[in-house]
Amino acid sequence: MRSTEISVRKYQFCSKIIFLLTLVSMEGHSITKVVLLACGSFNPITNMHMRMFELARDHLEDTAEQNIDDVDTIKYAKKRRIEENHHDLQLMLLCGADVLESFGIPNMWKQEDIAEIVGRHGLVCISRSNSDPHKFIHQSDLLWKYRKNIHIVREWVTNDISATHVRRSLRRGQSVRYLLPDSVIHYIKEHGLYSSESEQKNADVVLAPLQRYTGASSS
Amino acid sequence: MAARRVPLVLLACGSFNPITNQHMRLFELARDHMHSTGQYQVVGGIVSPVSDSYGKQGLVLAKHRVAMAELALQSSNWVTVDEWESQQPDWMETVVTMRYHYGRILKEYERSVGMHNNSNLSPQLKLLCGADFLDTFKIPGLWRDDHVEELVGHFGLVCVSRGELQPERAVHESDLLSHRRHNIFHVREWVKNETSATEVRRALRRGLSVKYLLPDSVIEYIHRHNLYTEDSEMRNKSAVLRPLVKQAQEPVKSLDD
Repeated sequence: MRSTEISVRKYQFCSKIIFLLTLVSMEGHSITKVVLLACGSFNPITNMHMRMFELARDHLEDTAEQNIDDVDTIKYAKKRRIEENHHDLQLMLLCGADVLESFGIPNMWKQEDIAEIVGRHGLVCISRSNSDPHKFIHQSDLLWKYRKNIHIVREWVTNDISATHVRRSLRRGQSVRYLLPDSVIHYIKEHGLYSSESEQKNADVVLAPLQRYTGASSS
Repeated sequence: MAARRVPLVLLACGSFNPITNQHMRLFELARDHMHSTGQYQVVGGIVSPVSDSYGKQGLVLAKHRVAMAELALQSSNWVTVDEWESQQPDWMETVVTMRYHYGRILKEYERSVGMHNNSNLSPQLKLLCGADFLDTFKIPGLWRDDHVEELVGHFGLVCVSRGELQPERAVHESDLLSHRRHNIFHVREWVKNETSATEVRRALRRGLSVKYLLPDSVIEYIHRHNLYTEDSEMRNKSAVLRPLVKQAQEPVKSLDD
């Protein structure tokens, strides 16, 4: 399950859903707002994806030891526009350890993009027991430079509901109840998504980032 | 020609303190598996929360555990909650609970099927459990040998493995279980999911989120009744589990005899 192939397939840009979670905190007299952004295939979204937001929020709250005055739900955040006059607004990329490790795949990422993401913004990485993100950061000069902006959240209780597994179960007519919301399961059934045919889509296509960056320097 | 299938009901006993998505997954996985054997048609599932007299540390009142299970299973069209076990004055052995439910199921079945078709296969009731359950058979004084024999030999187990546990090994290491291995069905949970009620309670005590680990309605109930605090976890802390007391008092067939 931990092969490069799995990580690479995650970056199929077939659909990208942006989730915003707003955290309002008081630090002295200034308000620091953190918004977590998760990019990915969400093919389909599962309870595990949504757990990531919960874990990240708990971690950031805990680390900063700040009180949460008002927390927007995803529903409200989607409708809100982030105002320009909010200074101290921080946008951080929320991801799993596999995304962090994908920084090391040649031609997957532009180095300057990685620098901008971790340097200017920040990363919240949910890690499982079988990955060692600290070691990975240690082994990368670029990541090491911005280590203060990389927050590692340990997922003590493994909840490994991968979208791949969900698609596999659906193909085989097996139940995926309680792995993703009932409403999503209903949608999938209603539209007949996830069959053997759908899994073959893009089978011989090269991932967009790899097409774009091949030939560029990867160091 | 379609082979006739045995109508099967799955019973899960346990604390359900609280019920989680993982508990409900057990039913889904077990149903898929038993169907795929070609021999069974799963016709129902029962969640039977243990009574308060079980004496396990951190156990909140049965009425709450039953209420939460009901909320969780509202959207299920085949699994229900039964509070018979939780309402008995003393802790009930699993086998006794099974006998009670089997009697009900059989009566219900005979009533609906009638006497005109006696070639129908009789319904069966099997105990649905996780892999760690098999290990409890090894705990001295927790199980009566004759009960284990009836549970595994007469009724049967559907055991869903979780995480790193190896249920096949537990069966192999026990002569009693090994002898009845044909009646122990192993279901593999490929999704590594270590969510447990213990972890959920831990998170709740610490004010951490448990969203997406259990249904929203159950989380709401927990907060409304302020269940699962440091105090609730201390309940029964020094108590001995009821089965150990009860069975020590009865003449039990033991290997030491």
